[in-house]
Parts: sequence; C-alpha cells; structure tokens
Amino acid sequence: MSPVLKRPNEKITIPSKYLLFFYTILCIGVMVVSFQSNIITSVLSNVMGSVVVPFQKGIATVGGYLTIKTEQLAELSAVLEENQNLQEQVDSLLIENTQLQQERYELTRLRELFELSNAYPEYKKTGARIIGKDATNWYSSFTIDKGSDDGIMLDCNVMAGSGLVGIVTYVGKNYSKVTSIINDNINTSGMILSTNDNLIVSGDLETMKQGIIPFTRLVDSSNQVNVGDKIVTSNVSDKYLPNILIGYISSIQTDSNNLTKSGTLTLAVDFEHLEQVLVLLELKQDLKENQ
Amino acid sequence: MLNLIIIILTIILSFILQTSVFTSIAFGGIIPNLLIIVTASFGFMQGKKIGLYTGLMCGILIDLFYGNAMGFYAILYMYIGYLNGLFKKIFYPDDIKLPLVLVIASDLILNFMCYILQFLLKGQFQFGYYLLNIIIPELIYTIIIACILYPLLLCINNRVNKKENRGVDKIV
Repeated sequence: MSPVLKRPNEKITIPSKYLLFFYTILCIGVMVVSFQSNIITSVLSNVMGSVVVPFQKGIATVGGYLTIKTEQLAELSAVLEENQNLQEQVDSLLIENTQLQQERYELTRLRELFELSNAYPEYKKTGARIIGKDATNWYSSFTIDKGSDDGIMLDCNVMAGSGLVGIVTYVGKNYSKVTSIINDNINTSGMILSTNDNLIVSGDLETMKQGIIPFTRLVDSSNQVNVGDKIVTSNVSDKYLPNILIGYISSIQTDSNNLTKSGTLTLAVDFEHLEQVLVLLELKQDLKENQ
Repeated sequence: MLNLIIIILTIILSFILQTSVFTSIAFGGIIPNLLIIVTASFGFMQGKKIGLYTGLMCGILIDLFYGNAMGFYAILYMYIGYLNGLFKKIFYPDDIKLPLVLVIASDLILNFMCYILQFLLKGQFQFGYYLLNIIIPELIYTIIIACILYPLLLCINNRVNKKENRGVDKIV
C-alpha cells in the first residue's frame, strides 16, 4: 500500500510473530524472577483466586455430597458382611484392651515417677477440604479451601488421618496450594522411629499409584532396621514438624557403596482418595525459637 | 468485544471443570486436558493471534494454581495456540478430521515437552512407562472429551461470528 492511500486513523497492528517473541521473552523473565520471589505471582494469584476459588468450592461441595451418596449405596451389602467380621474382632479386641489398660495404668505410674513429658506434643490444627487438583497428570499438587484468612501460613504441614500429606507452598487469601510428598520433584527428610536413623524420602510418579515411594541414604550400620518399621518426619528437617508418620518400610536393600541402604515405603495416606486434610497451624521455625 | 468475553469465560470454565469436576471422575487417576482442546480450537478457528492469547491465559492459570515456576506452562500453551493458528487457512467448519488431528498433535507435543523438560533433564529415562501410563491415557481421554467439546465450541464461535458481522452485512 502506498503512503498516499493510507488512511490517517488506521489501527496499528503488531504481527503475531513479534507478539510471540515478546511474550516468550516475558515468560522466561517471569520464570527466572519467580524462582527468587513471589511478587508477580501473589498479585495475580489473589485476583484469579477470587474468581476461580468460589466456583471450585461450590463444585467440591456438590461433588463430595454425590460421591458420599453413591458410595453409601454401593457399599451397603459389603458393609453388612463386614459388620459380622468386625463383631468377632470387637470381642477379641475387648479382651486385649482390658489387658492393655492394666498395662497403661502401670505406664502412667512409671511416667510420673520419671517425670516424662508427653512424647508427642499436640499440635494445633484445622480441617480443610480439597477443592481442586493439579490440571496436569504429571504432578499431584492440590488446592484447599482455606487461606491466610484462616490462619494458614507458608510451610504449614498438611496431614490426612495419621499420616503426612505434604506442605503448603502458596497461601492466597481464601485458598492455599499444597505440594504433596509424592510429587516427583519433592524430597522429604525422614527418620526411622525405632532407631532414629535419618533417611531421604523422595516422591516418584512411577510407583506412587501403588501407594509406595522410594527412600534413600539410610545409614544403618548395625543392621537394626527391618521391613515394617515406621518412618516419621525427622528432627533435623527445617520445614516438617518432628514425628509425623510418613509410612512403613516395605522393602530394603544395601546400596552398592555398602555404606547406605535404600528401598521403598508404603505410604500411610491413601493419596488417590483424599478429600479432607488437616493443616497443622504450627511451624517448625517457631518450635525451634521457643526451645 | 463479545468474542473476547466468550473466550475468557470458556477458558475459566474449562479450568474449573478440569481441576474440580474431572478430577472426581478421573479414570485411573488420569484427567483429560480441556485447556489444550480450548487452546487448539480457538487457535485454528480464529487464527494465530487469538490462539496465542488463549494459550497464554490457559498456561498462566495452570502456573498460578499448580505450577512450579511461573511462566513454564504459559510458554508451552502459547506456542501450541500459535502453531494451531497457522492451520486457520485450511480449516473448514464442516470437517471434524483436521480439528481432531490438531488436538491430538497438540496434546502429544505438550506432554512430550513436559516429559523432556521436567523428567528427562532430571535423569528419569523410563520414557516407556510415562508414555503408556500418562501420555497415552490422557490422549485417549482428551480425544473423547474433544468429540463432545469441539462441536460446542464451534457452535458458540459461529454464533459469535454471525452476531459480530451482522452490522457489517447491513452496510454492504
């Protein structure tokens, strides 16, 4: 088009390949910055959070109700059968219980004598509902319906039942993001409850569907660790509170360096069917400062 | 303007569906990728620029809520939207073959890139496992959903086009 024919108020349009180039540079820049700080994400997250999260909450509530109803119908017959078996179990357990209670009296008496404090301190916690799961199939982070308004802080530990689920990695006003310990890029510092030996628990996409994940770097020179031993979060971790159950050892072998051992552990939490979680409202950092 | 609102609403709705509804009806823990369907569809229906912006927004949403680094999925989805836009010239609304092929290709490219950038570089070479247990199941599930979702998107797109062009028709 010759300049004479050009209309004065014609819109300037940028060719899309320049746009593509510009946004690529921008995204890479943001990626680099986001490894260092949360400034960009926190503003955007709160805006998008206020749009998306209310819908997710609503859907999660309805979805949870429907799943419960269908499960109730499907499981009724199975439950009747199970009931009978459980009744027998109750009888045997009752006998065991009375024995244990006697032993407990003895234990409390002895504890008083030794002035031992309670071995596991009670942490303050709050329940939360899972409202959205990872949009990709590669990782298993999820969002919960409580945020900074409910007292949740960055690095809060998350549990379900009696086991560790993960850690809060982002806190919005009305939601927070939890990264679970089975994520492929997550390593957790753990220890064997019985011997206090430290080890590293790493998430694995390949085995997590069977409910087991690998652990490595267990130093056990006296060969005291066996299959079935409890693995809990360690004292030396700077983010996880101590003594939260992670799982039980399901296999163990000596590494080729003959110094450390590795193997797999069965998780204490069923990650496939998580709906509600408990968030511990205490941070390891605060615990350290108090001591 | 109407077009813009429709696109934004579609993206947000698909994101909500993908993260909350489809996670509860997932087969074997695999969820379909609605966002790639939306990105690809708007790409080849409306061209490079719209595809680019649609992809960028889908990627940013994933990054904000579930990503490890802000901008990673944004780049991947943006390029996929842009590349789909190149096919606008040979796209005809009546033909469903090209859209399906493009959605399949987009999903495959996305997941290959995810594997290469996040797993291969970390030294996890069991590609066969990831292919059979993540990439292929997601692809199949996504194709099934695309057969339902794509006609819907096309219908909305045609309606919007008609409405936006009505003014122009009258003048001509």
